[in-house]
Amino acid sequence: MNLLQSIWRSSLGKKYIMALTGAGLFLFVTGHMVGNLQFFLPPEAINRYGHFLKTTPEILWPARIGLLAMVALHIASAVTLSAKNKAARPQPYAGKTKDLGASVASRTMLMSGLIVLAFIIYHLLHFTAVVDSINGAGFDFDQLYEPNSGHPDIYAMIVCGFSVWYVALFYLVAVGLLCVHLGHGLAAMFQSLGLKDHVWGPRIGAFAKAASLAIFLGYASIPVSVLVFGHGKAYADVVKAGIVPDAAGAVKALKGGAK
Amino acid sequence: MKVKLKVWRQKNRDASGEFKTYQSPELNPSMSFLEMLDVMNEQLAAGGEEPIAFDHDCREGICGTCSLVIDGKPHGPHKGVATCQTYMRSFKEGDEIVVEPFRAHPFPLVKDLVVDRKAFDRIQHAGGFISVRTGAAPDANSIPVPKEAADLAMDAAQCIGCGACVAACKNASAMLFVSAKVSHLGLLPQGQPERYRRVKAMVDQMDAEGFGNCTVTGSCEAVCPKEISLDFIARMNRDYLVALLKGDAKKPSGGGAG
Amino acid sequence: MATLNPNIPSGPLDHKWEHHKFSSKLINPANKRKYKVIVVGAGLAGASASATLAELGYEVHNFVFHDSPRRAHSVAAQGGINAAKNYQNDGDSVHRLFYDTIKGGDFRARESNVHRLAEVSVDIIDQCAAQGVPFAREYGGLLDNRSFGGAQVSRTFYARGQTGQQLLLGAYSALNKMIGNGGVRSYTHSEMLDLVVVDGHAKGIIVRDLQTGAVTRHNADAVVLATGGYGNVYNLSTYARGSNVTASWRAHKRGACFANPCYTQIHPTCIPVSGDYQSKLTLMSESLRNDGRIWVPKRKEDCKKPPAEIAEADRDYYLERMYGAFGNLAPRDIASRAAKYMCDEGRGIGETGLGVYLDFSAAIQRLGEDKIRERYGNLFAMYHEITDESAYKTPMRIYPAVHYTMGGLWVDYNLMSNVPGLFVLGEANFSDHGANRLGASALMQGLADGYFVLPATIATYLAGVKPDKRPATDTPAFKQAEENVQGLTKGFLASKGKRTPGSFHKQLGKIMWDHCGMARTKAGLEQGIQLLGALREEYRAGVNVLGAATEWNQSLEQAGRIGDFIELGELMCRDALMREESCGGHFREEYQYTKEDKEVQDGLVNPGDVKRRDDEFAFVAAWEFAGEGKAPVLNKEPLVYEEVKMSTRSYK
Repeated sequence: MNLLQSIWRSSLGKKYIMALTGAGLFLFVTGHMVGNLQFFLPPEAINRYGHFLKTTPEILWPARIGLLAMVALHIASAVTLSAKNKAARPQPYAGKTKDLGASVASRTMLMSGLIVLAFIIYHLLHFTAVVDSINGAGFDFDQLYEPNSGHPDIYAMIVCGFSVWYVALFYLVAVGLLCVHLGHGLAAMFQSLGLKDHVWGPRIGAFAKAASLAIFLGYASIPVSVLVFGHGKAYADVVKAGIVPDAAGAVKALKGGAK
Repeated sequence: MKVKLKVWRQKNRDASGEFKTYQSPELNPSMSFLEMLDVMNEQLAAGGEEPIAFDHDCREGICGTCSLVIDGKPHGPHKGVATCQTYMRSFKEGDEIVVEPFRAHPFPLVKDLVVDRKAFDRIQHAGGFISVRTGAAPDANSIPVPKEAADLAMDAAQCIGCGACVAACKNASAMLFVSAKVSHLGLLPQGQPERYRRVKAMVDQMDAEGFGNCTVTGSCEAVCPKEISLDFIARMNRDYLVALLKGDAKKPSGGGAG
Repeated sequence: MATLNPNIPSGPLDHKWEHHKFSSKLINPANKRKYKVIVVGAGLAGASASATLAELGYEVHNFVFHDSPRRAHSVAAQGGINAAKNYQNDGDSVHRLFYDTIKGGDFRARESNVHRLAEVSVDIIDQCAAQGVPFAREYGGLLDNRSFGGAQVSRTFYARGQTGQQLLLGAYSALNKMIGNGGVRSYTHSEMLDLVVVDGHAKGIIVRDLQTGAVTRHNADAVVLATGGYGNVYNLSTYARGSNVTASWRAHKRGACFANPCYTQIHPTCIPVSGDYQSKLTLMSESLRNDGRIWVPKRKEDCKKPPAEIAEADRDYYLERMYGAFGNLAPRDIASRAAKYMCDEGRGIGETGLGVYLDFSAAIQRLGEDKIRERYGNLFAMYHEITDESAYKTPMRIYPAVHYTMGGLWVDYNLMSNVPGLFVLGEANFSDHGANRLGASALMQGLADGYFVLPATIATYLAGVKPDKRPATDTPAFKQAEENVQGLTKGFLASKGKRTPGSFHKQLGKIMWDHCGMARTKAGLEQGIQLLGALREEYRAGVNVLGAATEWNQSLEQAGRIGDFIELGELMCRDALMREESCGGHFREEYQYTKEDKEVQDGLVNPGDVKRRDDEFAFVAAWEFAGEGKAPVLNKEPLVYEEVKMSTRSYK
């Protein structure tokens, strides 16, 4: 039997796939977060970053395909393993003790994973495919252009996107669940790959907690800063002035101030 | 004291089962849980009802025969203790105690609270040994074993094979059991020659039996009467990964003996 | 009368085994696979024998009533296993282990068997270490030893407090290897209910599948019983609940002699009975007596008081008082009997009055609680789990309990019973421990028999057997044996009695304990025989077994086993009555040393110690079944000591 077949056919093999794709996705999530945090720099920074990615297909497409493959493998393994797990316990218990030392995170990995997946799909439609009917803002984000360069204005898109409270809330819930998912998954990843023992176990556990919390704070900081602190609102109003009539007054005020 | 027992009754593997509730006779808090069932059974038999079938043997926590999920927890409320060493003083007057069999597809039910755990034996047949012919062993002290390795191997070897890990795991996974076996032998110098062949064979048999997979919830470790560590699962995962990457052994070349 | 030829090889003692192996017949490797051997039981002896016979090439069929071969009660042995390795350089040798075992057995064991046991003990350790038994190690990586049971050398190998478990798992792994490669066929949940004897030779067994109730016939060229001891005849013991005598007893009824059934070992430090619901007695390691002081109140009136309220002056440290030099470390049988006497005097403690205190307060004062915790923490925790009392604060309550039987089916030097083709190993046979077993020797014997003795000796018998002439299972003997089993089952299910098998077991246990327990008398034994006869009749008529024959039925299993125990109990009493001496674990009150004896005056023994009568009783009593309701026939195998001089066992 060749290696790939034997990996896929064994339960442990699928756990290795889960762990390795999980590791890859964690790295992506970390990188993506670092990229996003440019939101706290002047608008040109993140817009330049976005423009660079969009105009460099030799980076963009391999990354997209790689990510898609990892997500697909991660999910395929998870779903097949879960099906086998369900089959292994056809009848549940009636007794009152339920958790038996298992954390909520560990018992809800499939659920948190699926919700995060649903969010990712929305997120892609929202900001990548830029489907205007789902953004809740009432206009098409494709029409936001950076005043100076004329490139698509990602900064303004983020501000406008998160100005819709329920979109921001969904985002927060999703990154919250991602944090829960990672809090367990990161440690389990080391366990699955056999990189854990009594010495490294506690260290890995602490790393998993810290890293997942950092991911949550990093991602959550953006919608919170927009919705709660109005970060970038003034700038976005200027950008969207051309497409949204209500914003015209604000644009005038800004232009006047600039003189 | 008296308690109410809500017990799973099922005639045999193919019959359908149900919970039945019984009022216990007067109990002594110093009774073990199994002695309580003995007393309960005497009462049932006196009334012409078939006694509740349950597995037990040594009643001192070492043979691994006793099972039972008591109020949702395999081996009852205490940590590091088997059902046979659980005492009625752990319960309160008037409690309703739910008693169920271990539930897992690879542990088919025999009767009432008795399940068949032969799947564990079959995993062991696949590779749970060091191949040494009787009489062929070198002097015991010719193979020094670092004390740390011997102690860790002993930690794993303590497994009593009761199956509580499977019963507790939400996925009915047998990874703690299999990893304890794999680690016990894999940690010792004597176990090295067959280390990777062993882990491959045992894990593959575990899969074939239909056990679920480890999602690292830690329930197995939490209910294990011998408190066997989850770390052994990591160790097994590592060995299996190496075994996968190594692939099957090369076929020996050359002809037979003259 | 049975023919009892012990078949002891000639020549000097330390060459017998070597010589015997050389002069034994061999079977051509190509022919071995034609022979089929049935092994019943998979404890240390059964599993090791099955594995080794299969390695040699025989077709082995192994039967256990447990759900897995790994459950046998060998698993529960705590202390360790003896071997004359002399790794400690403290003067141990094969001869010393041999001598200690003979003396410990109070000169009632067969010299040649014991010497062989000591010889192969060293190979056992090699074998077990190679198969991955995680014995305790020193930092240098070499094996650690401890002294055990008062031995003067450190020859005990151990794996924490779970040596029996680890050795059993080792033997089980050897068995697994052979099951895995097809050498052994394993039948679990399969209880042997009869032995099939054809033309005087053991040729098969009848088995009930405990899951389905199906009764099946199995033929073989030889049958090996490794089915353990019969201490559960006392109901309360340190044995597993499932341990039973049925395989041995049914073989006995087919002609195998039962040897020295009255030799029972009673362990002094167990947790006392707490009520009549009790099913099991738990052993507390003997090591506790190193630091604990044993006492009872001097006055009966104080017995119900909390121990803390009994003043030091009102306590009777009776072992220290009676056995000055040994004190609390007096040998097992002495300590057990002394506790019984205290309770008989009405000075026993605890709710039932059947218990004595094992007090650590002096040791805690001397060494500090931490030191005691370090030494005995796990035992104190276990005690707390069972009794809900902290032994750090209040004395432990202990009482003696049955935990090993030295008697068993009679076997010759080849471990073959007087029924040709029927071999008996481990605790199920009588051969190596005489009237008393030393600590850490049970594991040694089980593995010696299974790994090294039987595989060498069975060929001598098999060489004279033609496997192509093996009787088929449809021959009359098999049919008759199966009908016998079916008849018993039908009888139990048809009996419309009122009492469960378990309630009879309790009654049996009480009769045995009272009349054939730690101290026995002529009158008590005679009364016991009467009571047991009556119990047997009542059992036949009055046992209540619910459920059906063709399903999992624990009451039915129990019914058969307890019926056999009742019959065995009667034989034990007869044996104890016949043996008008005291030796090892068999104590007849009529035969004990008193102040008038020279040995006491010389300071060799204490008053109350066992008094052997070598002139009349230096023999193995092998009882032959004479038919239902008939008195069994006594056969005697004289014990001839060539090497060792019989002497008074002195503890001073």
